[in-house]
Amino acid sequence: MEQIILFAPLVGAIIAGFGWRVIGDAGAQWVATSLLFLSAILSWIVFLSFDGTTQSIHILDWVRSGTLDTAWAIRLDRLTAIMLIVITTVSALVHLYSMGYMAHDENFSEDESYRPRFFAYLSLFTFAMLMLVTADNLLQMFFGWEGVGLASYLLIGFYFRKPSANAAAIKAFVVNRVGDFGFALGIFALFYLTDSIKFDDIFAAAPELAETQLTFLWTDWNAANLIAFLLFVGAMGKSAQLFLHTWLPDAMEGPTPVSALIHAATMVTAGVFLVCRMSPLMEYAPEAKLIVIYLGATTAFFAATVGLVQNDIKRVIAYSTCSQLGYMFVAAGVGVYSVAMFHLLTHAFFKAMLFLGAGSVIHGMHHEQDMRNYGGLRKKLPYTFWAMMIGTLAITGVGIPLTGWIGFAGFASKDAVIESAFAFAPGGYAFWLLVVAALFTSFYSWRLMFLTFYGEPRGDKHTHDHAHESPMVMLIPLGVLSLGAIFAGAIWYSSFFGKTNEVASFFGVPYAQEAHEEGHGDDHGEDHAKEESAEGKSESKEKGDKKTSYVFAGKPGEGAIYTAEDNHVLHDAHYVPKWVKLSPFVSMLLGFIVAFWFYILNPSIPGRLAENQRPLYQFLLNKWYFDEAYDFLFVRPAKALGHLLWKRGDGNVIDGSINGVAMGIIPFFTRLAGRVQSGYIFTYAFAMVIGIAVLVTWMSLSGGAK
Amino acid sequence: MESNLLSIITFIPAIAALILGVFLRGEDETAQRNAKWVALIATSLTFLVSVFVLVGFDPNDTSFQFVEERQWLLGLQYKLGVDGISILFVMLTTFMMPITIAASWNVTHRVKEYMIAFLILETLMLGVFMALDLVLFYLFFEAGLIPMFLIIGIWGGKERIYASFKFFLYTFLGSVLMLVAMVAMFAEAGTTDIPTLMTHQFGSEDFSVLGIHIVGGMQTLMFLAFFASFAVKMPMWPVHTWLPDAHVQAPTAGSVVLAAILLKMGGYGFLRFSLPMFPVGSEVMTPLVLWMSAIAIVYTSLVALAQEDMKKLIAYSSVAHMGYVTMGIFAANQQGIDGAIFQMLSHGFISGALFLCVGVIYDRMHTREIDAYGGLVNRMPAYALIFMLFTMANVGLPGTSGFIGEFLTLVGIFQVNTWVALVATSGVILSAAYALWLYRRVVMGDLIKESLKSISDMSKRERAIFAPLVVMTILLGVYPSLVTDIIGPSVEALISNYELALAEADAATKLAAATE
Repeated sequence: MEQIILFAPLVGAIIAGFGWRVIGDAGAQWVATSLLFLSAILSWIVFLSFDGTTQSIHILDWVRSGTLDTAWAIRLDRLTAIMLIVITTVSALVHLYSMGYMAHDENFSEDESYRPRFFAYLSLFTFAMLMLVTADNLLQMFFGWEGVGLASYLLIGFYFRKPSANAAAIKAFVVNRVGDFGFALGIFALFYLTDSIKFDDIFAAAPELAETQLTFLWTDWNAANLIAFLLFVGAMGKSAQLFLHTWLPDAMEGPTPVSALIHAATMVTAGVFLVCRMSPLMEYAPEAKLIVIYLGATTAFFAATVGLVQNDIKRVIAYSTCSQLGYMFVAAGVGVYSVAMFHLLTHAFFKAMLFLGAGSVIHGMHHEQDMRNYGGLRKKLPYTFWAMMIGTLAITGVGIPLTGWIGFAGFASKDAVIESAFAFAPGGYAFWLLVVAALFTSFYSWRLMFLTFYGEPRGDKHTHDHAHESPMVMLIPLGVLSLGAIFAGAIWYSSFFGKTNEVASFFGVPYAQEAHEEGHGDDHGEDHAKEESAEGKSESKEKGDKKTSYVFAGKPGEGAIYTAEDNHVLHDAHYVPKWVKLSPFVSMLLGFIVAFWFYILNPSIPGRLAENQRPLYQFLLNKWYFDEAYDFLFVRPAKALGHLLWKRGDGNVIDGSINGVAMGIIPFFTRLAGRVQSGYIFTYAFAMVIGIAVLVTWMSLSGGAK
Repeated sequence: MESNLLSIITFIPAIAALILGVFLRGEDETAQRNAKWVALIATSLTFLVSVFVLVGFDPNDTSFQFVEERQWLLGLQYKLGVDGISILFVMLTTFMMPITIAASWNVTHRVKEYMIAFLILETLMLGVFMALDLVLFYLFFEAGLIPMFLIIGIWGGKERIYASFKFFLYTFLGSVLMLVAMVAMFAEAGTTDIPTLMTHQFGSEDFSVLGIHIVGGMQTLMFLAFFASFAVKMPMWPVHTWLPDAHVQAPTAGSVVLAAILLKMGGYGFLRFSLPMFPVGSEVMTPLVLWMSAIAIVYTSLVALAQEDMKKLIAYSSVAHMGYVTMGIFAANQQGIDGAIFQMLSHGFISGALFLCVGVIYDRMHTREIDAYGGLVNRMPAYALIFMLFTMANVGLPGTSGFIGEFLTLVGIFQVNTWVALVATSGVILSAAYALWLYRRVVMGDLIKESLKSISDMSKRERAIFAPLVVMTILLGVYPSLVTDIIGPSVEALISNYELALAEADAATKLAAATE
């Protein structure tokens, strides 16, 4: 069954990509889409029937060299199962949606068959993404990692006639390669130290790595920290974290369904998945975890500030994605991997929906993307409006405060992240940045809603007159995703952010009762390890009184995630002060009020504010000038250096000195050989004959060979 | 067991060349067609026979197999054989040659001579990979350049004289030194038998010449002499500048052979001679080689970024990829050498295909200038797909053979020197930049240029030429064990002999120091 989930999209990609001439345009779309739905249905079956035990399915040997032995294989555990439903569900819906969205495209003439190509790329992407999450070793993961990069490159550059799309595609690939550079070094280091790149072996070796010193470059490093950091560099690239984020906004050049699938719900979360997958290593790398926290929190804040002022509807959502990924990294960094996955799951639903909703608006508005030309679209696009409304309520985190879970999906998961950040470091950097980012999130989300759907129509009147609601194939996916955006948080709250034992059993991790609760404080709960219930069948524990608390008791590699025994952040997050639990809610309200004031009550304020605070506005509008800085620091110097090495290095220095030598020798040989053209060949043959003659003479003189 | 299979493989092309030379007359169309067909049939037949060798080859036997030994003139020895290290180079050669001939179907100028040159070239290249005698090796190794000179010099571009001059000068200097070292080897070991020489311990005591203290003694000097020849062939930085010129001037098929097979002679030489025969010398010079490799990767990748000529860009990319090969070889561990051999084979398919890609549009537009193109995807979708595949293989996308070689060599080098590993790994960023930039300028964009408006997509013949290369690139990327299982045991033996020899030399030095 897992094999079918994995390979159905590949089959779909091949049939759509190569077989469309036989089965036709529509046939290719239907084949790819149906195969994806098959994958999605099977994924849900796997997810719901999964019992927490890690399984491994061998498919084919891959790279084998000496002690390096890797295989194409499927590792099925809770992390994989979660990713399976996220990927296949969103992908199947995006396939369906694309049948409507891509039906007409002004970038292509009517007789061009661009649709099969689009569906082939989408399915290819899905296959690569599934390979990434089902990998049982780092190399297969790297295959998926770069495979999704390829698909992303192809889809960003889908409108191949647009120079901006081509530039964005290359940028995405190259910036991701910078991340992959770190990822690859991490893999090399792991193989060097553990003699394996299989997850099971690496996890088992994690405690040892924490004790190992690795000489890397100029000095010795703690192996676990160094490797965790190098792998995180890969995650930064793929998940568009600060410094390596510049490709993501540009990636919006791709068709909108691509943005929803790749640049919101799935590919960009691969970095978060990587950190969670490597939790046994991360738990032994405290310094690397701190880097993850700081970078995640800073990204969440930075991207949110830029999102405040963008005018392109897709760019707002792109920066929002970047920001939300920062949240996930903070959760992973503080050691609450389940919460990182929780936010990943809910975010996939509501962010995919926001993107598809934005796509529906763009579709209805004839490919107009500037929000300054929207306004008052509520009546024209009623279903899209409601979908976007649900998405906005979800991302801003609307719910009933202090209940924890009664609210939209984002309410449950985002509050969980913020509470975990506080539990890790009360009143710390990450906590405050995330709270402020939550305020910004609320502001830019509502700003998007108000600018698009409320107020008076702005911009081209003709476009507004012809604005139309999207067809059913596009609205159905919105409907399905809105279910996820409303309920996903409430349904899975206890599995991801419940009591320690609930989370542990969901992820198939052994757990034990906390020792000192029972008065055996001195034996470290060894006794209780025996009574641990590993398989999530915790009925026997139910009658235990409410004060009984549990700790994770697995070894690295047991279950889907590993939490060190001294890591109580998950537990503590439930006992943070009330004001902390209220803070995201207050942020959300404030953001809403300000947005309401700015864009409904007094729409002249934003313009005046931008005038008054011109430098700040420009700074934000130009995304903190990262692109300009990188262009100045890396792109131009690389090109200039290349040119210099070519003309001066190869030209003047190397060829120059060789020509110098040649001027002395060549005239001699040309005299010898006579004609210039065939001269060299002749002299060469001549020299060789002389050479052989010398050898033979020598051998004859010394008595022949043997 | 005595068998003639290797001789048969080696000389089928030569015999075909002889038949063409003696029996084929005239320059009319029929004669031309006959010449092409004779060459295609001969190279295909060679490939078929070589498959028998591959099937009969036992990877777990690390000694030479299919050995043929005969006395030759003047007491010289004719000896051929293959082991796990050489057999796949033989296969690469026989596999690529029919493709090369098929890619030359449009040649109209002196077709008979052209085909003869390629057939002779194949015989000589096969000889290099099979020769088990020093003199025989030298003969094949040096003679192989003559047909290549001719191919560039007669069927080449406008600057062909300059290019062949440069090619000549570089290789000639290297050969002279190698010849001197060979004489010295014979003087010391008293034999030209390669298997015997591989087990011979050449002197490695330090000594001083002209006031220069030479660590590793004779071995270091011999290593350097061979190095001069092999480094040029690879080519390694900074003796690489002949390659871009040679590629640019060579006809498409010449470029394919040059990149796919001739460049591999250097790497093969390191594995056959340098490491086994001069282990101490190799060890002494390893840091130099590693840094030359790392610099090559970054330097030539940066230069590739600045190129305006498609072939030059791919040529510089080749130099960068060969940097991974030398780095892997001198990492001297299983992953490094497995990776180096893999990289050489994979580069054979990929760079060959890339030069064929240039050839496809050169045939149509007669220019290699990148700026002359743009938007080809609009009229040539099949071409765009194939070019994309090999571009991705060239940047080492996992799932293609290009990834495996890069990955293994980097895994190998990381265990030896993390600085070199870091510098070399940064090549994956630069390769993505120059390769995608090239692709973007040639294939992507709108088709605006008037001259390209009527360009046609690939013909059936052209597609058929690419098909085997596509299959190999993906097959080896998905199931690399096809290669590593064959080379693995021989590489393992090579490494253990290398380490044993180093240990012995070390012990001998200590003993000498103690007795003094």
